[in-house]
Amino acid sequence: MDLSLSSEHQMAQKMVRDFAQKEIAPVIKEYDRKQEPIPFMLKRMGELGILGLPFPVRYGGQGMDYLAWGLACEELEAVDTHLRVVMSVHTGLCGMTLFQWGTEEQKQKFLVPLAKGEKIGCGAFTEPGMGSDVAAMRTSAKRDGDFYILNGEKMWISLASKADLALVTVKTNPSARKPSEALSSFIVDLHSEGVKTGDLHGKLGVRAGSTGWISFTDVKVPAANRIGEEGEGFKITMSGFDHGRYTVASGATGIIRASLEASVKYAKSRSTFGKPIAEHQLIQEKIAKMSQDYEIARLLYYQVGWLKNQGRRCTRETSFAKKFATEASFSAANEAIQIHGAYGFSDEYDVERYLRNSKGAVIYEGSSEIQTLIQAGYALGERSDKPLRCELPAYDEKSWQS
Amino acid sequence: MKIIACIKQVPDSEAKVKAEGGQVTWGDAPLVINPFDEYAVEGALQQKEAHGGTVTALCIGPESAREALKHALAMGADDAILVSDPALNELDTVGAARVLAAAINKIGGVDMVVFGRQTLDNGAGITPAQTARVLGWPMLGLAGQIKVQDGSVQVERVIEEGRQSVSAKLPAVLSVVQSIGEPRYPSFMGIRKASKAVIPVWSLGDLGISAPAPVVRRVELMNPPVSDTAIEIITGESPDEIADKLTDKILAEKVL
Repeated sequence: MDLSLSSEHQMAQKMVRDFAQKEIAPVIKEYDRKQEPIPFMLKRMGELGILGLPFPVRYGGQGMDYLAWGLACEELEAVDTHLRVVMSVHTGLCGMTLFQWGTEEQKQKFLVPLAKGEKIGCGAFTEPGMGSDVAAMRTSAKRDGDFYILNGEKMWISLASKADLALVTVKTNPSARKPSEALSSFIVDLHSEGVKTGDLHGKLGVRAGSTGWISFTDVKVPAANRIGEEGEGFKITMSGFDHGRYTVASGATGIIRASLEASVKYAKSRSTFGKPIAEHQLIQEKIAKMSQDYEIARLLYYQVGWLKNQGRRCTRETSFAKKFATEASFSAANEAIQIHGAYGFSDEYDVERYLRNSKGAVIYEGSSEIQTLIQAGYALGERSDKPLRCELPAYDEKSWQS
Repeated sequence: MKIIACIKQVPDSEAKVKAEGGQVTWGDAPLVINPFDEYAVEGALQQKEAHGGTVTALCIGPESAREALKHALAMGADDAILVSDPALNELDTVGAARVLAAAINKIGGVDMVVFGRQTLDNGAGITPAQTARVLGWPMLGLAGQIKVQDGSVQVERVIEEGRQSVSAKLPAVLSVVQSIGEPRYPSFMGIRKASKAVIPVWSLGDLGISAPAPVVRRVELMNPPVSDTAIEIITGESPDEIADKLTDKILAEKVL
């Protein structure tokens, strides 16, 4: 058993860290306050290959493995959550789901420009009236010859107003025997007639991130844009979440690390009662907890990266990683503020932003409560992974370079 | 053009470096490519892109210095050579220049050698000039812009008094400064190539030279004096009283 990172992983990690630290860290506070996306962010991430990091070269990607993708997410979210969100929705929900379920023609048409960063993608599942309860979806698509006609509204969609393409899951068969068989997934060109998008403001956190809504009014989507078979939308969406949750887990690990690093630095420089607060046991307890949580979160997402590389289904392990890391990141950021005292309460320091950013991930991509149900389901033997028609391919170094 | 970028591995700039038992230590801080040398690699790659050819990263150091060379490869260097020999543990700048010159001669057919302006650890900044001297080539230091034409190189030197344009016939040795342009990030393709690269290691025997005798000897290493500061808050009934107390203190402490 070898838990060490290869030199390739370490170099990729450093490269993403350098980008985030040099280009984003100096301006994040300004854009977070303004609640505006950093204008150059998507373009730079595209140019540097970060947006297409885990895809094979033949699909416009950088040919790195699934673990490197997680490492990149940790580095990005250690600076700000909105950077990692891009890796979740563009690279994960949209790109990786296409990679897993798309036909060769669909991959060439949609995945290649996404991986190269020429087009931006997002995933549109949540609606104003539903989130975790995917089967309660109301947006619908009706077949009309070689097209489907989409109607409905999606909400809380990251990159809604920035994306060119969206992976959208909708109801195609309202009378299906099982609700999960009623859904189908499509790649929708968001520049199509009948599509409207807008931004949502006033979020607690991830304020430099773009979050919005997409409405569809009689939008004609070519049948060739349907991903998978009709009725496979639920399975496709759930595989998408396996990818998204992995990025959320690895990203949240970055918040734990950032909270820990900020706390250690501050605790050594701030003195009370005649000594640095790092020498007080109650502060040490908080720091020890953060450092332990960081290690656990890291090992949990490494495990998912490794399982993905092996081509093994890992919904259960992804759920462990996602729930643990997001909750631990909220707790670490909270304690980091406590260690910083009044300064932590002010946006002069970064830790208050970490706390605001960390809360969202405990809710989105499957709330902690949903993760608990998933985990209980596996533990009680009520849930098992049935083979999918399209499994995520195992990482193969040679095949990824072609 | 055959271009050599000379690089060194140094402790990370955030490392806490201190003297301990006559030796420099930096704890478990990571070792990285000397940040000034990233500009050397950048400058070399710019010339390769403009005129074609190859960039070879060259480094003297222990086995661990491979990582610094890999960084240069990941940025886009075509190949890398490590000069490593137990006899090179105590090397001064003259010695480094002799070893580098021998390696550059062994590589052969080199048109341009690019250095960073100085290293982060020793910071002498004279190895480029000494290497040029050993090679017998012109030295153009502190270059901010490089232009190559008809077998000559013209550089704009960034000096305290302003800028100065100088030119020399190739082959030449250059040292570059920040205005050459921000060093590019390693690309993922470069990272993959670098992580698999087999980096040849040359010993002094391979270079056909013996260990250069040091001409400069380090006599003593000292940590900077610890600053001893104390904070005292002066209180009083009125601003005037506080000001008086403060004035007395300042005079008593001979600050003024």
